Amino acid sequence: MVEKHHIIPVWFFVGLLLLIYGVMILASGLAEWSQPSDVVLAQLHAPVWWGALLVVLGIIYCAKFRPGRAD
Amino acid sequence: MNAPLMIAADATLVQLRGVDLAIIAIYFLLVLGIGFYLKRFATTGEDFFLAGREMTAWVAGLAFVSANLGSLELLGWAGNAYQYGIMAAHWYWIGAIPAMVFLGLVMMPFYYISKTHSVPGYLKLRYGPEASALSAITFAFMTILMSGVNMYAMAVVMEVVLGWNLHFSIIVSSLTVGVYVAAGGLFSAIFNEVLQFFLIWFGALLIPILGLVETGGWSGMVARIHQNFPGENFTHMWAPMSSPAHNPMGVYWVAIVFGLGAVQSMGYWTTDFLVVQRVLSAKDVRSAKLAPIIGSFFKMAVPLIVILPGLLGRAVLPWHLVPANQAQPGQFKYDDVLPLMLARYCGPGLLGLGITALVAGFMAGMAGNVSAFATVWTYDLYRPYLRKDAPDSHYVSMGRWCTIIGLFVSIGAAYLVTRNKSMMDYVQALFGFFIAPLFGTVLLGMLWKRVSRMAGFWGLLAGVVSSITIFSLMKVDERWVSVFALSPLAQPLAQAMWQALWSCITCVVVTVLVTMVTKPRPDEELRGLVYALTDTAHEQHASLFHKPAFWGAVALVILVILQIIFW
Repeated sequence: MVEKHHIIPVWFFVGLLLLIYGVMILASGLAEWSQPSDVVLAQLHAPVWWGALLVVLGIIYCAKFRPGRAD
Repeated sequence: MNAPLMIAADATLVQLRGVDLAIIAIYFLLVLGIGFYLKRFATTGEDFFLAGREMTAWVAGLAFVSANLGSLELLGWAGNAYQYGIMAAHWYWIGAIPAMVFLGLVMMPFYYISKTHSVPGYLKLRYGPEASALSAITFAFMTILMSGVNMYAMAVVMEVVLGWNLHFSIIVSSLTVGVYVAAGGLFSAIFNEVLQFFLIWFGALLIPILGLVETGGWSGMVARIHQNFPGENFTHMWAPMSSPAHNPMGVYWVAIVFGLGAVQSMGYWTTDFLVVQRVLSAKDVRSAKLAPIIGSFFKMAVPLIVILPGLLGRAVLPWHLVPANQAQPGQFKYDDVLPLMLARYCGPGLLGLGITALVAGFMAGMAGNVSAFATVWTYDLYRPYLRKDAPDSHYVSMGRWCTIIGLFVSIGAAYLVTRNKSMMDYVQALFGFFIAPLFGTVLLGMLWKRVSRMAGFWGLLAGVVSSITIFSLMKVDERWVSVFALSPLAQPLAQAMWQALWSCITCVVVTVLVTMVTKPRPDEELRGLVYALTDTAHEQHASLFHKPAFWGAVALVILVILQIIFW
């Protein structure tokens, strides 16, 4: 998608959003580790592993599609 | 009942904390930032209205499927899954996949090669101004109304789910959409749709995962549904359709196969310009053919985050949800199932992500409508009928103003719906009046070169009139339901399928009859527009894995396997 206009690929923005959200959700999950929120299956600590997954995917997308990277 | 849900029953469905609000705020800042960033690239008409025709098959394919993955659809279809069971998945499988493959392999080459900006634009080239103007005026009018309905629906959901003020939601969301679409045109709309696609998946996927953990897998969920609703069949797709009396939708399999699969979905996915515009942004014919097929694989997976949460709601929620028109204060309705499931499993942070996905879905829906409206108004109405020979920059400027004006009209429509809520059902029904006959007109035009200019117009008009007539008769007197839907038990979804089928048949019959008594257009005027006179690239030298036809076949095989699994 960069042939004519050299636009930053949309995948970079996807990665950025996933990374930011991943960090926030992971931090929120860790903060409530000892006192989980009152939801069903809270003992599984879903925010921690879901946040970690978002962080990993976000880093991969940001690195692979960062502006200026030669394909 | 756990604590958050008790709060929900008393006040709002969910309560957000600081981290959730921060997640929502970051989304708004990011889309506005992307809009301003993309403004510098949207300088020509092709840039603004067709995103420069440089999108890869993946981006165009995701935007194509995402344009249909708005929050109204998510909430509504999760509610339908709760109400009708897994039969609701027909709208994602037989009601989408064959049409997407057909669009990619058969219809897209004509749209793309003719270099049209829109579906009415294709009709103008193929038939002339009459059919094109009828299609453009109705599309522009309905698109803007639909944008208003989307806006109103979002504000209501935010009010019910979060307790947000109705006016606040309408103003903030429409201003944001107005700024980023007016700045970047279709570039902005497509970027936002791709972001929305990821948000929706990551915001909603935890619900089925945790739901299946709670119920002990698929078989555990089915056992719980049977225990909670003995004697009712919510977990089979085809087996209960031998008779309308055997399924909660009151439908025969014939209506699903021919009404939904062959007409309604074909009409929507191949002629609704809102979705087709995304594919027209592809960088070449092969990408344009591949984009809907890529989209079909993602579409096949959507029931995981929409239908499964509805079914899980039947299995795990401690109350029975009710239809919207029967809900008493303190009772939850079918369409609340997705927010209820979100509140059940998602604590701070994850809740913010889920709500952001819903907000993003609503805003992408509005952006899709206004960007399609701006294109059809500028290229199919303003340029041919009001100002023919203006410079390209004038049309870009018109597109930007149209976006802003379109949003103000949408806000007006939203407030109109606020005053008269039954309007919402009728505006949504309006779309159904035009889509099925339009499919007949476009398809006949592509495949049969003999169809004449006036046959296209009269066929389309007859189809639309028949659709409105059938809809009105079934609403006025329920006895007509037995006549048109072949069963008095047919529910609104089943009625809509039959309405689509009859109106398309009417359109085709009238088009053929008028063609027989009118003069065809000369061959040289139809090159690149009809099958017999167009050299569509067949990619003879491409490897198997690079051929759109191969991936289309794979999509259809997976579709058949899914039907057998969930028979």
